[in-house]
Amino acid sequence: MTNVIVPAAKRGRGEHANSELRRVALRPVLETPRWWWPSVATLSVVVVLGVVAWVYQVVNGLGTAGYNDGAFWAIYEANLVTFIGVSYGGAVVSAILRLTHASWRAPLTRIAEATALVSLPIGMVFIIPHLGNPSKIWELVWPTYWNLSSPILWDFFAVSTYLLATIVFFYLPLIPDAAIALERFDDVTPSVRVKVRRSLYRVLAGRYGDTPYERRRLNGAIGVVAIMIIPMAVSVHSVLSFAFASSSRAGYMETILPVYFVVAALYSGVALVVLTIAASRKLFHLEAFISPRHFVRLGFLMIAFGAAYLYLTFTEYLIDGYSGTAGASAWVYQIVAGRYAIPFWIYFFAGGVVPIVIMMFRRFRTTSGVVIASIFVVFALWIKRLVIVVPPATEPLVNSPLAKGGVLAGNWGTYHFTWVPISITVAATAAIPLLLLVVFRFVPILSISEMEELAESEVTTGTQEVGA
Amino acid sequence: MRKQYEKEALVRHPKASPDESVAAVTISRRGLLRAAALGGIGVGVLGVMTESLAAASQPATTTPTGPIKQWCMVIDLRLCNGCKLCTTACQTAHYLHEDQTWMNVYTMQNAAGEDYFMPRPCMMCEDPACVPVCPVGANFRTPEGLTLVDQSKCIGTRICMNACPYDARYFNWSEAIPAPRQPFKQEPEWPVPQVKGTVGKCIECAAMLPSGQLPECATNCPMGVIYFGDLTSDVAVDGMGNTIKISTYLADNDAVVFKEEYGTHPRVYYIPGHGQDLNNNSSAS
Repeated sequence: MTNVIVPAAKRGRGEHANSELRRVALRPVLETPRWWWPSVATLSVVVVLGVVAWVYQVVNGLGTAGYNDGAFWAIYEANLVTFIGVSYGGAVVSAILRLTHASWRAPLTRIAEATALVSLPIGMVFIIPHLGNPSKIWELVWPTYWNLSSPILWDFFAVSTYLLATIVFFYLPLIPDAAIALERFDDVTPSVRVKVRRSLYRVLAGRYGDTPYERRRLNGAIGVVAIMIIPMAVSVHSVLSFAFASSSRAGYMETILPVYFVVAALYSGVALVVLTIAASRKLFHLEAFISPRHFVRLGFLMIAFGAAYLYLTFTEYLIDGYSGTAGASAWVYQIVAGRYAIPFWIYFFAGGVVPIVIMMFRRFRTTSGVVIASIFVVFALWIKRLVIVVPPATEPLVNSPLAKGGVLAGNWGTYHFTWVPISITVAATAAIPLLLLVVFRFVPILSISEMEELAESEVTTGTQEVGA
Repeated sequence: MRKQYEKEALVRHPKASPDESVAAVTISRRGLLRAAALGGIGVGVLGVMTESLAAASQPATTTPTGPIKQWCMVIDLRLCNGCKLCTTACQTAHYLHEDQTWMNVYTMQNAAGEDYFMPRPCMMCEDPACVPVCPVGANFRTPEGLTLVDQSKCIGTRICMNACPYDARYFNWSEAIPAPRQPFKQEPEWPVPQVKGTVGKCIECAAMLPSGQLPECATNCPMGVIYFGDLTSDVAVDGMGNTIKISTYLADNDAVVFKEEYGTHPRVYYIPGHGQDLNNNSSAS
């Protein structure tokens, strides 16, 4: 078998071969840091405990997760929305910033895309504990069972399509980097670890030789996917909201819900990307390429979505609460002043006020400030998803709340957290860093070719610096 | 004779005509969605879809000889004393957990603030909200107008519980109560014992009806509140042996259906009489 990769020198990019960028980006692949195995082991234990909890739930029924007929949807549905939502960070940071030619994105794209790649399947996995009878899940992929008028089936199609697009969007920019890594590993003493990676990169790089023609075609393909993934991302969360909104239940039946879901996903997605970028920067020593300015810019992007989300929340609750109808008003009053007031106001301060205040003042607007704001946002938006999912599901539909003692009365159902869904949720949360650690053992953590390309064009055109 | 009945029934309940509701396509919001979905989908998928829709609407049920029965229920709220014997009879017959109140008796308040009782079975809607939302088509409507759940298909998404405006669906959150050998096969018409992780609901004792038995709730009501009958023959009886001509009884007693504004067209008719707040703006047609 002939090696189809053209030597670096012939491509006229040989000056990069041993650059600082390549050294830093490929170091996590070559060297195992001392903390890597202990971290992976700890996170794996947490994930295994979640699987154990799920098995317990399968054996003993969904009731062990705190569900009952008065609260038929709760934490798993909220988690499904949350984890699929945070995968939006990849689409927004990578695709939107790519299309708007924001060149500062270059060091962030790989981490953002990898975050999307790992969090989306984790979100999809929540379909399984959500189902009462998971042994029959194959009916969802078996066309003779499909009932195409069901919003759940639309969800399933939309999320599956988006997963495919996310994989492609992760893979395409990886092709030239795999070629670079393959070439870099030429002069490394071959061990098992190196051989495994070499064969992986050979598969990933295909016959890519980084000729100008190939580079042009690849960039064209990435551009097409970047354009396609944005309407796809919008459609995923819109369709996800249809499962709730296409019903006659007050609180779910909201025309604002699709927009609301999309904006929440963008908001929490950017927040999670901030967290993964901050962690990667620290752990893999990327300070030379990812500067505090990156965090501030991402922070601004984040609170733009945060402010839009706050506005949508206000609009929704004001209009429904003002209507004075038995369903909608009772639901809003329960949220702002009744049994769901505590989680709602936690969201309001942690997900609305605090991030905006942090980003408003220059003295808080530091790397750690943005990271703290992002932690608040990710947590608050999970709470907010619970506030979206649980109250309408606990709403009494037969005994109108207004009939007995006003909007705060009525025989509302109750959802209680139990250890089962909590351990599954913690396991899913741990799975994100776990999978990222594994991914970055095999894949260059920075988008090498993209950064080199931008650096070259900056040299020739004198535009903004990548690391600025 | 039939024509006469249909005329009367249509005056009060425009959709109560059995032949029309089963055979004819009426445009509802779900019908509209379905049509929109049909329009947007390719021919290959169309074949699969029509097949699954046909499967959903025409299950394998034993059709009695003669005209197809159209089961309905008339609940006379004036007589209900809230003893809940209907609930317990239902739970005993179907081996249900205590909180699975397929036939639930709600304590309601009238406009004067006084309590009255309202038994709530499945409304057996002519335009059910629960049927189109199921991703695997586990809900279906029989030719006799009963909405049933195929628990061998149900995957437990609970979106039908979200869709039902009457809170009439109950999930099996844990293992069902073990049941001895039953007189009927375990099928949608007699889902006993219930299957863990699936949705169950009132079946109006579908398996007992062909042999002329009343549903358990009607049989066990000591007040004669629950009439069960057939819209095609226009006759209903209660557990006390009283027989009514449905069309005249409904018209004479100002019958209403629950949550008419939802457009589900229930086949459970309530006779009010406690000065109830009917909670709708329509003047009951």
